[in-house]
Amino acid sequence: MSSLRVLRLVVARSLRQHALSTLVTAFSVALATGLVLSVYAIEAQARAAFTAGPTGYDAVLGARGSQLQLVLNTVFHLETSPGNIPWSLYETVKKDSRVALAVPYAVGDNYKGFRIVGTTTDAFPKEDVGANGRLAAGAGRVFDPACREAVLGSFVAAREGLSVGSKIHPYHDIVYDERQRHEDEYVVVGVRAPTNTPSDRVVWIPIEGIYRMKGHGLRGTGEMYVAKETEEIPDAAKEVSAVMLKLKSPGMGMQLQQTINTQGKVATLAWPIGAVMAELFDKLGWIYKVLTLIANLVCVVAAASILASIYNTISERRREFAILRALGARRSTVFAAIVTESATISAIGAVAGLAVYVAVMLGAAAVVRSETGVVLEIFKFHSVIVAAPLGMTALGALCGLVPAFKAYRTDVATHLAPSS
Amino acid sequence: MAVLEIEGLVKTYAVPQGGREAVIDVPSFRIDEGELVALRGESGSGKTTLLHLVAGILAPDAGRVLIDGDDMAALPEAARDGLRARTIGYVFQTFNLLQGYTALENVELGMAFGRGIDGAAARVLLDRVGLGDRVDYRPAQLSVGQQQRVALARALANRPRLVLADEPTGNLDPVRAREAIELLLEVCKETGAALLLVSHDPAVLARFAKVHDLAAINRARATAGQR
Repeated sequence: MSSLRVLRLVVARSLRQHALSTLVTAFSVALATGLVLSVYAIEAQARAAFTAGPTGYDAVLGARGSQLQLVLNTVFHLETSPGNIPWSLYETVKKDSRVALAVPYAVGDNYKGFRIVGTTTDAFPKEDVGANGRLAAGAGRVFDPACREAVLGSFVAAREGLSVGSKIHPYHDIVYDERQRHEDEYVVVGVRAPTNTPSDRVVWIPIEGIYRMKGHGLRGTGEMYVAKETEEIPDAAKEVSAVMLKLKSPGMGMQLQQTINTQGKVATLAWPIGAVMAELFDKLGWIYKVLTLIANLVCVVAAASILASIYNTISERRREFAILRALGARRSTVFAAIVTESATISAIGAVAGLAVYVAVMLGAAAVVRSETGVVLEIFKFHSVIVAAPLGMTALGALCGLVPAFKAYRTDVATHLAPSS
Repeated sequence: MAVLEIEGLVKTYAVPQGGREAVIDVPSFRIDEGELVALRGESGSGKTTLLHLVAGILAPDAGRVLIDGDDMAALPEAARDGLRARTIGYVFQTFNLLQGYTALENVELGMAFGRGIDGAAARVLLDRVGLGDRVDYRPAQLSVGQQQRVALARALANRPRLVLADEPTGNLDPVRAREAIELLLEVCKETGAALLLVSHDPAVLARFAKVHDLAAINRARATAGQR
């Protein structure tokens, strides 16, 4: 007990005497710990959110091409559309016995950078829609497919200050350019409750609105068709960017994939959506490895700074060690005091690193939320939150071994000056 | 009963010309329980080396240093540290107080490796040396005389059987020096500790009934320069 009190006293006094270097060193450890935690957490959280987050659908049917592009475009609203498929394919897949729900998407326009998705009212989950089309959660109702009405994702409404009754003009293309404004005016009739998914960043309008928007043309027949106000659009002319699918059972995805991807030649089925995204993360895994390497190197540098800062004080503290030894302290006590001091600085930094981690994650989560609509769970516990600070503390203790050995070798008689 | 017995104690140092030169060669020396003894020695006569050997801070090349019958010289270093902490109090010429610590903490550290930290006892000791109202002062905040008293309290912190004092008044003015010696003698008598004090100051030596010449007990030829 006495030994512990001595260690505590010696360490506390040394930290006080070298307060500035202690603070600077602990700060570097805090940054290193925060960096390691952030790199790990952002990767893990992003992977979880993009590969296992709620999308509401099992598969996406789109133009022949990249499954990843299809998923990014329709689920995460990030990429360009790989192309269109004819309306007839939507009708076919809708009637397929393996499909429980098919929702057509027509994309290619934006509202001030937020994607506009032309669709049917099937895009709104039944549990979210009450009597007369009222949105059970959120405000207003779903759009009337025959009118120029829009339903907003919660993030769009909040960011642009829109509410039920507001009027908006779509802009052509997926990148916002104020010169590309469509003359068509849409009235906001509903604002969806937050879902913490990319859907929060979407403006939903009737698919007919996309077809009839001025400047748009349809090539379902291979020939350009421009819709006229008084004329019903023939199905043959219609196109969709993608069809979002819910399957009757997960196993049917395999069969459907076989039918569309292997035997067919006109379309691509992205299934399962999580696996497609996981493939992206696997492909980008090297970035994570590089970031992890950099973060670990920063930890080593921070630990080395502990070593340097304590090592530099040893010479000036040799008399202190000699006095302690003259009072009866063993060499091992002096050794333990330095290792404890090193570990303590590291532990202080590691604990402060948790605050750095929270700050970084708050920033990162805000950016990811703003850019993709995906929500990172900042405070979700993971073993690395414990392991990283503990590892950093252990590394600090390890770095204390070098100055501790120097202190251990202090010759008592030489440093108890002066002699007579 | 002897608190300290020295038998054939030899300490040598390497010299630039090659070979080794003895600085301490004491065939025999003894201090009994509660005895207050002064050693007269000039600078460079090996006084500090002798006290370091007695305290087990230095290991001799030959001979025995018996503290209460335990041979300090024959013990491994860790055991020597323990024996020193339990049985010996050491007052240094420059006090060797730990600068970052309060007076109380300095005394507590004096206890830490012996009987264990006892804050209340440390306060009593500081009170005894007249620093009851300065327990939270650090050495730099105390006068030289007060620092000397903290050093004395620390030396007595483990209720040692033997107190070693190395020119304890070397840094004090005559008035403070006399006060310090009186206090040292008083508290040693109170606690029953034996005292071995080395000094070259006649005023200090005059306070002792028993004074030895280091040159008389040390057969090694003291060389110039500090040891």
